[in-house]
Amino acid sequence: MAVKVSTLDERIKLTDSADSPLDTQEYFINMGPQHPATHGVLRLMLKLDGETVREVIPVLGYIHRGIEKIGEHSTYRQFVHLTDRCDYLSAMMNNWAVSLMVEKALKVELNDRIEYIRTIMAELERIQSHMLWWGVLGMDLGAFTPFLYGFRDRELITDIFEETIGCRLTMNYIQPGGVMDDIHPNFVDRVKKVIEYAKPKIDEYEELLSGNVIIQERLRNVGVLSADKATSLGVTGPVLRASGVPLDLRRVAPYGVYDKVNFEVAVGSVGDCWDRYWVRIEEIRQSMSMIEQLIDNIPAGKTMLMKPAKKTVLPEGSHYAQLETARGILGIYAVSDGVSDKPVRIHMRSPNYNNVWSADEMTRDSRIGDLVANVSSIDIVVPDIDR
Amino acid sequence: MLDFLFGQLVATHATFDVVTLSDRTTQALAEDPWLAAGYALLGLAGVGGFLSLLGMALIYVERKVAAHFQCRLGPMRVGWHGMLQSVADAIKLLLKEDIIPDRADRVLFLIAPVFSIIATTLGLILIPMSPSLQVVDLNIGVIFISAVSSFGVLGILLAGWSSNNKWSLLGAMRAGAQFISYEISVTLSLLVVTLFAGSLQLSEIVQSQQDGWWIWRGHIVGLVAFFVFLIASTAELNRPPFDLPEAESELTGGFHTEYSGLRFSFFFLAEFINMFIASALAATLFLGGWMPFHIGGLHTFNGLMDLIPPGLWFAGKTTFIIFLIMWVRWTFPRLRVDQLMRLEWKFLLPVGFINLFAAATLVITKLYFFPW
Repeated sequence: MAVKVSTLDERIKLTDSADSPLDTQEYFINMGPQHPATHGVLRLMLKLDGETVREVIPVLGYIHRGIEKIGEHSTYRQFVHLTDRCDYLSAMMNNWAVSLMVEKALKVELNDRIEYIRTIMAELERIQSHMLWWGVLGMDLGAFTPFLYGFRDRELITDIFEETIGCRLTMNYIQPGGVMDDIHPNFVDRVKKVIEYAKPKIDEYEELLSGNVIIQERLRNVGVLSADKATSLGVTGPVLRASGVPLDLRRVAPYGVYDKVNFEVAVGSVGDCWDRYWVRIEEIRQSMSMIEQLIDNIPAGKTMLMKPAKKTVLPEGSHYAQLETARGILGIYAVSDGVSDKPVRIHMRSPNYNNVWSADEMTRDSRIGDLVANVSSIDIVVPDIDR
Repeated sequence: MLDFLFGQLVATHATFDVVTLSDRTTQALAEDPWLAAGYALLGLAGVGGFLSLLGMALIYVERKVAAHFQCRLGPMRVGWHGMLQSVADAIKLLLKEDIIPDRADRVLFLIAPVFSIIATTLGLILIPMSPSLQVVDLNIGVIFISAVSSFGVLGILLAGWSSNNKWSLLGAMRAGAQFISYEISVTLSLLVVTLFAGSLQLSEIVQSQQDGWWIWRGHIVGLVAFFVFLIASTAELNRPPFDLPEAESELTGGFHTEYSGLRFSFFFLAEFINMFIASALAATLFLGGWMPFHIGGLHTFNGLMDLIPPGLWFAGKTTFIIFLIMWVRWTFPRLRVDQLMRLEWKFLLPVGFINLFAAATLVITKLYFFPW
């Protein structure tokens, strides 16, 4: 099913519904770039008819830093730490995507230790990302308490990162050829403890929000995105899975050690906000079980197989690798001339960029309150949209 | 039965004579005009001081309660356990620049917060805090309070309109619709108690609960009216889960988006004092106000309860309801506009009407407890 393509001029045209008994006129209102519910500097142009949203037009570019352009002037290893600054809640996965691309191009075989560490780290990152999302969703719907609950538990995971890596948010840990440094001696114990602690916390989350009548009212059958629409918009990640499409690269095209762990891909059926909520809560549980399966079995081995000082030149041609971040499929595309250690062109197919456009589809002809719920349930990280 | 067990400690419980400040003033006027003036001044200064102090105290309490719901400490730095945080905030708000948007309707923009605060103050003077602590005791007290509290919405509507900001206007329109709708439910549940008590005067409503509070004397009807009142007045206070006129995450700041400094603090203060008024009213109407916990006929028990001063009873009940309202705020998310309207018109309103009829039937048939 094709999406109707309309130009911006067409979209910003206001209609005067003079034939209606109440002579109303549509109007525009800017939601953002400074607005509490747009998670940073996203600007949404809303065409409103009273409280009813007729059209949502995302206007991007308020935090554009030219990361892809800078990427053309930096080596692959340097580019890795720029990716931290895109989707900062999936920093680990972003790093991994670049590393995966480089390793695929150079056909580097990694040992199991590296793959295990990467997978565990990525799943920890996914858990903390979803925890934060859960808190922010609560806040967007007007409940402030979940926000602090989410942050409280997320802190413990960032503490783990800090111990091993020295950073809490922009980690630059996974690098082409391995990981930056070996895990901290405490790592295994600490991860186990945190998982032990966080498991009942997820039930607490459910008690606080999931069963609440108001939450059910606000999320169920709100912002329905059909599987057809979702696929034609290029939406990925939990948003797509909530619409009933079981596309999870961890299952479909396994990387790391995802082929060695048991996990279920959480798939929704209706594609409303509630499904997106449920899919993410379920993903936290699945990630925890994955970590539990892996954490005791980290094999011995080296953690860096490519010498950091060595000049990394990719073979001539284009290279692509993709993986599943907390928000969807992140693809890294690079073109190399085969001489320079810097790419001629590097591009990120970021999940947030595609996901943000589904806000219009979800919100059309519903209320402003629904728009906030929808944007929140898409889970947008704006720096990743603009890059 | 209890009398038999405990012996006749106190034969009958004490009756309370209500003397309001306005009564004192009129009495003194004949004999000593200076004393009358002193009483009047006391009333004015008392209400003014109470207004600002209570506002600050409530803001402090709200922050502490919120903090402890959220596993944190809240204000801790200014004064002992952050006691002076509100004072510091007040000073900050006073010193802030008072910004008026260029294209705002200046006159209305300046007046709007005053409307809010006046409505609040007028409501405050009627609250009976103890037999001797009440400024005015109007014989139409209940109607006066509900009239005055709907006056406050005028301030919000004006603020939203005059700001010349679409977000503010949306907030104001939401406020208008919401307040008018929920006003009905509040009034319906007030009427239930009025029917039981047979009076609109707040002190008489309190006196009528000498044999027990209406929340349990009117058994199911009283309980339903209490909850309807609590829900509807939370909506009138525009606090979560009904804070749609502000709705920070949707409308940035709603009707007070463009307000800053002192004028913003007026809205803020009015909101918190309104919370006190609503709680005090709920306590007065349903939980007996300053009336101690009495059970009709058990004189010994009632006499023991009378040992706790009425002022403490009032403070305790009001605090309890304020805590309930805060508890709800820090637990529940916000409703959507249409859901809010649906809750009122399709649920609370029918329940309120049925409850009113049930109350009338109870009063006629004298089926409530202790109908002597």
